[in-house]
Amino acid sequence: MPREGILIDTPFERMTKEQVEKIHQASMEILIDPGLICFNQRATEMFNSNGAQVTPVSPSDHPCWLVKIPEKLVLDALDNAPKTVKLGARNPHNSLIMKGEEPRVFFITGSETNIWLDVEFPTYVKKSDPDTEIMVPEFKPRRGTVADLCQSAHVCEHLETLDGYIRTVNIQDKDITEDNKDVNKFFASLNNTTKHVMSGLTSLSQLDNVVNMAKLIVGGEEELKANPIISFITCLVKSPLQFVDDTTETFIEICRRALPIVVSSSPQAGSTAPIKEAGIMAQINAEVLAGITLSQLVNKGTPVIYGSVPVRARMDTLGDSYGAVETSQYNIDCVQMARFYKLPNYSTSGVCDTKTPGTQASVERLFSDILITLSGPQYLHCAYGLLDCNSVFCLLQAVLDDAHFQMIRFFLKPPRINETEIAETLKQIREVAATPQKLYISYIRRVMRSGELSAPYPFEGDGEADNVFALAYQKMQQLLSKPVEHIDQATTSKIFREIPGILPRLNVYEEGR
Amino acid sequence: MSEDIITLLKENVIQGRKTQDDEGIDEELTGPGVVELTQSALDHDISPAVIIKQGLTAGMQVVGEKFSTKEYFIPDMLASAEAVGAAMDILKPLLEASNVETKGKFAIVTVKGDIHDIGKNIVAILLKGAGYEVNDLGADVPTEKIVEIVREYKPDYLGLSALLTTTMVAMGEVIEALKENGLRDKVKVLIGGAAVSNEYAKEIGADAYCVDGFEAIRVLDACQEAKA
Ligand code: B12
Repeated sequence: MPREGILIDTPFERMTKEQVEKIHQASMEILIDPGLICFNQRATEMFNSNGAQVTPVSPSDHPCWLVKIPEKLVLDALDNAPKTVKLGARNPHNSLIMKGEEPRVFFITGSETNIWLDVEFPTYVKKSDPDTEIMVPEFKPRRGTVADLCQSAHVCEHLETLDGYIRTVNIQDKDITEDNKDVNKFFASLNNTTKHVMSGLTSLSQLDNVVNMAKLIVGGEEELKANPIISFITCLVKSPLQFVDDTTETFIEICRRALPIVVSSSPQAGSTAPIKEAGIMAQINAEVLAGITLSQLVNKGTPVIYGSVPVRARMDTLGDSYGAVETSQYNIDCVQMARFYKLPNYSTSGVCDTKTPGTQASVERLFSDILITLSGPQYLHCAYGLLDCNSVFCLLQAVLDDAHFQMIRFFLKPPRINETEIAETLKQIREVAATPQKLYISYIRRVMRSGELSAPYPFEGDGEADNVFALAYQKMQQLLSKPVEHIDQATTSKIFREIPGILPRLNVYEEGR
Repeated sequence: MSEDIITLLKENVIQGRKTQDDEGIDEELTGPGVVELTQSALDHDISPAVIIKQGLTAGMQVVGEKFSTKEYFIPDMLASAEAVGAAMDILKPLLEASNVETKGKFAIVTVKGDIHDIGKNIVAILLKGAGYEVNDLGADVPTEKIVEIVREYKPDYLGLSALLTTTMVAMGEVIEALKENGLRDKVKVLIGGAAVSNEYAKEIGADAYCVDGFEAIRVLDACQEAKA
């Protein structure tokens, strides 16, 4: 049995059917005029030999081509792309089945942040009354390491609401190089969670090492096809409308291996996309469709996911603003576009603008988390623990996020109104009406224990004290002390023997240290 | 046999099963509840004192412990208290006949002008479950009626509930009226409800303010101990 996710009965949508079709039409026009600039030669050749109009752009520092993609090519690709994508997992009960037409939401972490935020609780003494002491959380940023990545995967394994894992932190240890980064980040993730693992690839030279590692874990090539425990995310189109050379090359190679892949685009309304909704929507949709078209030209039937990370620009810095209300609007619009094409969607919520956990972080993430969940994307990169746009990861925040996803998950249970419930209710009402005290309290108990009642906020302090951070920290420590199911010793030995570059300190069986 | 009945009685108190029709927490526990078991204990000539001490009170003791470790919640506490209250109703005539004293008589009302009675009802159930003889006079009760009850029913304790700042003044009036009628020293007055506080209790000359039913049990038990 794969993970259940949350099925949204009636997804929340903003655009009318006509508006969806208008965006589609506008995107089709964009793909022809102005078309896309392609910096990757192989992609250009594939487009060319399949009927796209290709012309060299000159003069230019890098060789590049203008590619105009006709509608037919896009529609064929949409036909060929699988409508159901399976993301496997080390524990098969954690696999995710995503159907483009079914708004079943799975909650996933991400993205790769440079900064890891530690938290400490120093004690402060009140000046006017030195007997009064309080503990105030202090957040300390530092560069992320592979040990942090292991910890984060470990805690995420135990977060109940979390369905899958995108590596949360960029590993920047001294002994991590461009060449060994991929094998280490995939191994650290896979070894500490039995959920699905998705990541970007740093170096194409490492793709086969990573894929071979996955094959060793599941037992072979066919096994990996049936249970793809890893998948990839690529931003091959840089906004506006440019196929990047190296990512496109990586993308082509992943498609050739038929592994699940997210075609993601992240335009910023105001700077790399038009500031108006119609504009950013027409552009991002064109960009994603261009990537999807390429995927099917490379390898018909490649499992692709329509990936959308649209944001609005901040007016003060022109940086990304994930906290902006429009960012949620664009994301929901993209969910609708993917559903229109019957493809599974990767959407974004929960990222916040603020740098540390606190009130603003809670408001920003809860706002987008609720709304975008309601729109029914299949793969919701809802960014447990992410702060400062995409720059900071805080494990404590991830634990806090789990608490509010419990609320969202509970809220989305279907209404429990049926014949039996009504009959039982009428009986209760009549019984209580006949008593002097007129209280229903005695009927609470069974319901209370059946799990039908939502739990109180788990980090509520006693009295007036706000102990949310301290209590969440306790929970985090508890989760860290709970063991995780690592890859078994025999497989670990094989991986360390056959896959070059994995740091010996990641071997939990202490071989070869 | 009689030991079995008492053990079962205690278990059913812990499970909060007033009658055989009630569900407890443990779904496997069916059969007679506290009411039936109390009756059957009497039929087997077990003394009310043993029923109360080793069955009802011992069971409530466990419930209290489970409540303080957060295994039980208020609805559980109330279910057990209600079950014990029902058992006490059965035992009451026997206790009176044999001159065994109950823990004490407690009258409770929501004062004039105030219809809030949820809190008052909960306090009544809890105190009854704790072994007090409770007389619940209802809500929106005029001061004169309260005085009359104190004179005739002679409770050891009088509980006044008020949730409105506009009706809490009626509590002071009740105390004044008790004084005028020479009854103030016959009864201890406890007050409670969202509108009132410790300070207010002092201001009007009440004996205690209780934040909830559990505090009421503590206050009354302390008074009982002081008496003994
Ligand atoms: C439920 C409720 C109602 C229900 C009452 C239903 C019922 N059967 O009782 C209804 C809807 C009918 C109602 C009506 C009104 N209500 Co009203 N109501 C409430 C509410 C939300 C909860 C009260 C409650 O039941 N709490 C749960 C119980 C378990 O708690 P409790 O009563 O505090 O009791 C516990 C303790 O206090 C203590 N305790 C209580 N009494 C006693 C007595 C003794 C002796 C002891 C030892 C202990 C004790 O033990 C209890 C158990 O733990 C409160 C808000 C609040 N925060 O209290 C407003 C509130 C009390 N209501 C309020 C108001 C204004 C009204 C109305 C006037 C509204 C209107 N304009 O019509 C009317 C009142 C009409 C009237 N004449 O009384 C205001 C009062 C403000 C004020 N000025 O004081 C409140 C505070 C809400 C608010 N913030 O505006 N209300």
